[in-house]
Amino acid sequence: MTGRPRLAVWKFSSCDGCQLQLLDCEDELLALAGRVDISYFLEASSAVGCGPYDLSLVEGSIASPADVERIRRVRRLSRRLVTIGACATAGGIQALRNFTTLREVAAAVYPRPELLSSLETSTPISAHVPVDLELHGCPVDRRQLLEVVAAFLSGRRPVVPGHSVCVECKARGTTCLLVARSVPCLGPVTRAGCGAICPAYGRGCYGCFGPAESATTAALGPAWERVGARAGDLKRALRGVNAWAPAFREGDDEDGH
Amino acid sequence: MRMGTENRTIRVGDIARVEGEGALRVRVRGGRVERVELDVFEPPRYFEALLRGRTYLEPVDITARICGICPVAYQLTAAQAIEAACGVVVDGPIRDLRRLLYCGEWIQSHALHVYLLHAPDFLGCDSVVEVARDHPEVVRRGLRLKKAGNRLMEVVGGRAVHPVNPRVGGFHRAPDRRSLADLIDPLEEAREDALATVRWAAGLDFPDLEVDAELVALRAPGEYAIDRGRVVSSGGLDLPPDRFGEHFTESQVPHSTALVSTLGGRTYLVGPLARYSLGSDRLLPEARAAAREAGLGPTCRNPFRSIVVRSLELLQACSEALTILRGYRPPEPSFVEVRPRAGEGSACTEAPRGLLYHRYRLDEEGRIVTATIVPPTSQNQLAIEADLRRLVERGLDLPDADLAHLCERGVRNHDPCISCAAHFLRLDVDRGPAS
Repeated sequence: MTGRPRLAVWKFSSCDGCQLQLLDCEDELLALAGRVDISYFLEASSAVGCGPYDLSLVEGSIASPADVERIRRVRRLSRRLVTIGACATAGGIQALRNFTTLREVAAAVYPRPELLSSLETSTPISAHVPVDLELHGCPVDRRQLLEVVAAFLSGRRPVVPGHSVCVECKARGTTCLLVARSVPCLGPVTRAGCGAICPAYGRGCYGCFGPAESATTAALGPAWERVGARAGDLKRALRGVNAWAPAFREGDDEDGH
Repeated sequence: MRMGTENRTIRVGDIARVEGEGALRVRVRGGRVERVELDVFEPPRYFEALLRGRTYLEPVDITARICGICPVAYQLTAAQAIEAACGVVVDGPIRDLRRLLYCGEWIQSHALHVYLLHAPDFLGCDSVVEVARDHPEVVRRGLRLKKAGNRLMEVVGGRAVHPVNPRVGGFHRAPDRRSLADLIDPLEEAREDALATVRWAAGLDFPDLEVDAELVALRAPGEYAIDRGRVVSSGGLDLPPDRFGEHFTESQVPHSTALVSTLGGRTYLVGPLARYSLGSDRLLPEARAAAREAGLGPTCRNPFRSIVVRSLELLQACSEALTILRGYRPPEPSFVEVRPRAGEGSACTEAPRGLLYHRYRLDEEGRIVTATIVPPTSQNQLAIEADLRRLVERGLDLPDADLAHLCERGVRNHDPCISCAAHFLRLDVDRGPAS
């Protein structure tokens, strides 16, 4: 139909917030729609192109048997597959159930859990199919999302830093909460990308963007103790939207007692 | 009547322009609609279970993740329910700032639904991109409105999706006067755009349909209820939020991962139609005038016209936001200290899609013993099914594709957020064996 690259946006187990970030690009949305053929984006359009797709953005985690089948089909239909958000890259907040049993959590919510079709665990897309790029965040950052799409369109590698939130606080001129105000903060072990919003609002980073590259979560324990954090506080803080990301789920043992 | 129109099966896969995953199954036998089921097969995420054992300060960040479109609704309902459990009422300037943030969410969510999700149905388009080809000015107006809502959320909340600033007791940091003053001009423009939206929406074509379900919404003295109020209904119900659980019951149906909610066994509807019909007298004078101009009476039960009501609520939210912005002085401190204690607390607020209820039971250290969350879409499931039944009954002589399209519109009228309710609507009409 057109020679424009075909874009697809898929949703698995998630809150819709990351794909909403695409619709929230109010100034760029129509220009983007001129550059790509939005072939499959169910939240935005009832026109459904059957594939194959040049770029698939995948939101959400794999949490049901049907998801497992569907992500394999999406992978087969997609030249490039980019996962967006904490659910797709780390299993999401719903991966907190991975630390307990499905039976226990299902029984707490539903009177007849046997009617549900759920997997024991909520896992990232990369646990099921090869992924070309992971974009982190809960939600992903709009500018980073546009950067990924723009880079794809011009055939270059996207610039997505893997350093920690601390770098963004310095760039923004935010005084270090952990050092200067004794506020427990996950910034030193968390990937940059949000723009260091939380410290700018006077609260410690709570890890939405998951582990920074080469984050050593265990090393944060003593720093937290120095500012008066209690045993278990770090572990609890890491048990958030990126709880199942390896560096967060293993790192918490140091503080677990 | 020809055989085969009496008994038939229609399938529509993947209802678009809704937030989430679900399906619709309709069974027609002997020319009668036997069964209508709205299936929600968004994989369950078990929030209420995952909240157990967490501290009382955590649900604000955790429950935001139920919905990327209306995180503030979850954050503020959770915060207020926990405050109630701890015997704290947050009022004054902190409450104004909360209401301002909530107005931002109404503006972005309603602009999203009115322009990006709902408008294509009235203009015969598949998507906003297609609408933009024929009506670029309309789409630009919608995007400006949405951006104004998002900016409000970014300044007050830190970011538009999953704001970081709200907390139990108030806010981590109150924005300074200057940054809120900078929002006045864009909000003035948004108010003009909202008024233009009401006038534009009023001129669309609306199929006839009347909701006969009981309408349920919050009502508050002297204001259009958003962040608090009593639970009232068109059937005369009038309760404080902590008695919600006595009257509304959730049950599980085999075809859905959403729990289905009823009011004393009856079907009821929450959302814009209910809010307007139970509270149009509480709208600001300019919104009331715009409603009259748009041809609405004091109540509105036509779900297709919900686009007009959402437009009015856009106007209401822009005007309220402006009032708060103009009178703003940063609350000092930015939050009320809330000390945990053993107890139970409930709160209801009006999420853009309708009434949202949270209840928490805490132990003496403030750990969550149980959590109950009733989102708008699970409350609307039966009322949406009832709408669809009537649409199918009237449209039985339509070709399958047209009937399916009408049903999809019937679902989108209610802006269901299936991610909240548990996503993905498929329509499957079974008209029996064709002969």
